[in-house]
Amino acid sequence: MQQVTPPKTDPAPSRTSYRFQRLWLTPLFRALLRTGIPAFGVMVLGAWYVADTDRVEQVKLRVSELRTSIEQRPEFMVNMMQIEDVSAEVAEDIREVTSLDFPISSFDLDLVHMRRLIEELDAVKRAKLVVRPGGVLDVAVVERMPVIVWRSREALELLDADGNRVGPLANRAGRADLALIVGEGADAVVPEALTILATAAPISDDLRGLVRVGERRWDLVLAGGRRVLLPEDNPVFALERVIALNSINDLLARDFLLIDMRDQKRPTVQLSTDAVEYLHKINAIDTDGDDAL
Amino acid sequence: MTMLYQFQRAMRARRQAAMQRGVVAILDVGTSKMACLILRFDVGAGDGLHDSIGSMAGQSNFRVIGVATTRSRGVKFGEIDTMDETERAVRTAVQAAQKMANVRVDHVIACLSGARPRSYGLTGKVDLHEQGVSEHDIARVLAACDVPDIGAARQPAHALPVNFALDHRSGLSDPRGQIGGKLAVDMHLLTVESSVIENLTYCIKRCDLELAGIASSAYASGISSLVEDEQELGAACIDMGGGSTGISIFLRKNMIYTDAVRVGGDHVTSDISQGLKVPMPVAERIKTMFGGVVATGMDDREMIDIGGETGDWEHDRRSVSRTELIGIIRPRLEEIFEELRERLDAAGFAHLPGQRIVLTGGASQIPGLDGLAGRALGQNVRLGRPLRVQGLPQAATGPAFSSSVGLCLFAAHPQDECWDFEVPYDRYTGRSIRRAVKWFKENW
Repeated sequence: MQQVTPPKTDPAPSRTSYRFQRLWLTPLFRALLRTGIPAFGVMVLGAWYVADTDRVEQVKLRVSELRTSIEQRPEFMVNMMQIEDVSAEVAEDIREVTSLDFPISSFDLDLVHMRRLIEELDAVKRAKLVVRPGGVLDVAVVERMPVIVWRSREALELLDADGNRVGPLANRAGRADLALIVGEGADAVVPEALTILATAAPISDDLRGLVRVGERRWDLVLAGGRRVLLPEDNPVFALERVIALNSINDLLARDFLLIDMRDQKRPTVQLSTDAVEYLHKINAIDTDGDDAL
Repeated sequence: MTMLYQFQRAMRARRQAAMQRGVVAILDVGTSKMACLILRFDVGAGDGLHDSIGSMAGQSNFRVIGVATTRSRGVKFGEIDTMDETERAVRTAVQAAQKMANVRVDHVIACLSGARPRSYGLTGKVDLHEQGVSEHDIARVLAACDVPDIGAARQPAHALPVNFALDHRSGLSDPRGQIGGKLAVDMHLLTVESSVIENLTYCIKRCDLELAGIASSAYASGISSLVEDEQELGAACIDMGGGSTGISIFLRKNMIYTDAVRVGGDHVTSDISQGLKVPMPVAERIKTMFGGVVATGMDDREMIDIGGETGDWEHDRRSVSRTELIGIIRPRLEEIFEELRERLDAAGFAHLPGQRIVLTGGASQIPGLDGLAGRALGQNVRLGRPLRVQGLPQAATGPAFSSSVGLCLFAAHPQDECWDFEVPYDRYTGRSIRRAVKWFKENW
C-alpha cells in the first residue's frame, strides 16, 4: 500500500518573507528599529504620563515628601550654635542677626548668606561657619579690636586699626586707655593717626588727643589746650622734631599756646599772653635798664 | 555597432556601482542546481578594470562570504522554462546566501549555460591619426569591426578583443602607447538568444535584484579550471552541466570560441530512469552512487538494489548489476563526446598548438570519465577543478562549482570587453551636447 503523505512544503521562501529578510538586512532599517522605535516608545510613554496634571502633581508631592523625610533625619539636624572667641554682646548680636530656631535641618542652612550677615556686624572682622557632626553649627569669629576712640560730631565711637567701626562708646572714661581722635574724616586716616601717636609716645603724659583739621592735617592737642600743628606731608617727621626739641630744650614745659610746624623751614611757636608780657619785661631790663620802667 | 551594446553598457555601470558598494552576488543558473555566492570586495582595492594583476593572481581582493545551493527548478537546457519556479529557486538560493553573509545584496552577476551560443570572429581596421595608439584609438577600432548578421532574436553576450595588429606586426595583446600607422583588431563575438537573456533579467528583477553582468558558463568555467599555460597555449574547457555541455576554447589567454551541446548529465539520469524503470530521484541517486563508464569483471558481481515504493514486492526488490548500469550510462556519454568532437572539429581545434582538453562541471564526476573522453577527444584529457578562492567552503570546491568560481574571477577582473571602452565620438548619433561638454572637459 502506498502511504498518502502530505506533499513536502516548498523550501522556497515566500515573496513576503524574502522581502522582509532583505529589509531586515538593510543597515539603516536595522538601526531605525533598534534605536529609533524604543526611543520613540519611551518618549510617547513619557508624554502620556506628563499629559495628566494630577499625576504630575502627585509625583511632585511624593518627591517633596521624600526630600523632607531625608532632610529631617537626625543625622542632618542642627541643634545648637556654638560661637567661639567672642564677647558676650557680639555673640548675642550674632544670634540675633542669624535668627535661627533650632533644631533645623542642615539642608535649610544657607551658610554663605549667614556668613555675609555676620560679617556685616561692626564688631566682626571675619567669620567661619562649619556644621560639625553631632548637629552643631560652629561659628568661629575674629573680632575687630578697638584701638582708638573717635569723637565725631554725633557720637563717640570705637575704631579698629583700619578705621572700621567697632561699636559705640557711652563716655570717654569708658575706654580711657585708648587714644582719642577728633574731627570730620578722622576715621578714614586711622593708620596715620596711630603712627603719629606711636611717635608721640615720649610725650604721652601731656598728650590729650589728635584733631583732624579741614580733613587734611592733624593737630596734636596737649594738656591745657596747647596744640602742635602738624603739616599735611610727613607729620611724623615734624613731630619727631618737636620731640627732639623737647628733649633738648624742654620745649613743652614752656608757656606757649601753639607750635606751628606746618612750614618745615620755619617752625613757629606762639607764646601765651603772660609769657609775652614776661618776655617784654625781660627784654626791657636787658636793653633799657632802669629807663624802661 | 553602437546601439548593439546599450544593454551591456548599462550592466557595466551597474557592476561598477556594485564594486563601489563592495558586495555582489554571483548566481549560477544551472539546469540541475542553482548556486549563489556572495562576494565582498576589499575597500580601496581599485576598480580592478585596468590595474595590473595583484598578489595571488588577483584573487586576493575579494572574499566569498556567503554560499548557498539549491535544487534548480523550472530550468531546462540551461534556459528558463518556468519563470515562477525559477524565481522561487533564485529566492531560495539568494536568501540562504544572504543569511550566511548577513548582508543584503542588490547586484547579481549571472551566468547561463544554454541559449544556443554562437561564436563569430570579427575584424576591424582603422588608420591612426596620431603618433601612439591611445585608448581612444582602441575604442575606434573596436567600433569599426564589421558586424555579421547575427540574427533577429539574438544579442551579444561577450565581445572580446582577441588580437591586435599594428601595421605588419600581429599578436599584440595591448597595443596602447605603440607607434604605428594602421591598427587592426580581431574580436570574438559571442551571441546568444535574446529571449533567454530577457527572461533571466526579468526573473532576477522579480527577486528585487539588479543584473550587473552576464556571462556564458562555459567561459566562466574556462577561467576557473584552466591553468595559466593551458590558457596560453590553447585548450578546450568542457563544462558538463545538467542540461547542456559547454565548450570554450582558449588561446593566448583569450577565449576564442564557445559552443554548447544541449545534452548533459540529466539525460544520463533519464536514461537510467527509463532503462531501470525507476523514478528520476532514484535514478539520480543510483548514478551518483554507483555510476561508472568502464565495466570490469568485478562489476558483474556487484549487484545494486534498486528499491521502490510501489507496493509490488517483485518490483520493489529488483536488483541490477553494475555492469548493466554502466551499459546504460556509457552510450549516452559517448554520444555527448561524439557531439563535442564534431563541434571541436568545426571550430578548428586540431590546428591549435596545445590540444589539452579539460573536463569540468557536475557531470564530469562520473569515475573513469577522462578515460572515455580520451577515446573520443584525444589523449590529452584531464579532469579540472576550479581554483581555490578565499572563503569558499569545502563543499563548494568541486567541479560542479567551476562556473560559479569562474564568475567570481570574472567579477573581480572583468576582461576588457568591447563595451568597457568609451564609445568613439564619431559614432555618437544624437548626443551633441554631451559631446560638446566632453570636448570642453578634455581641452580646457
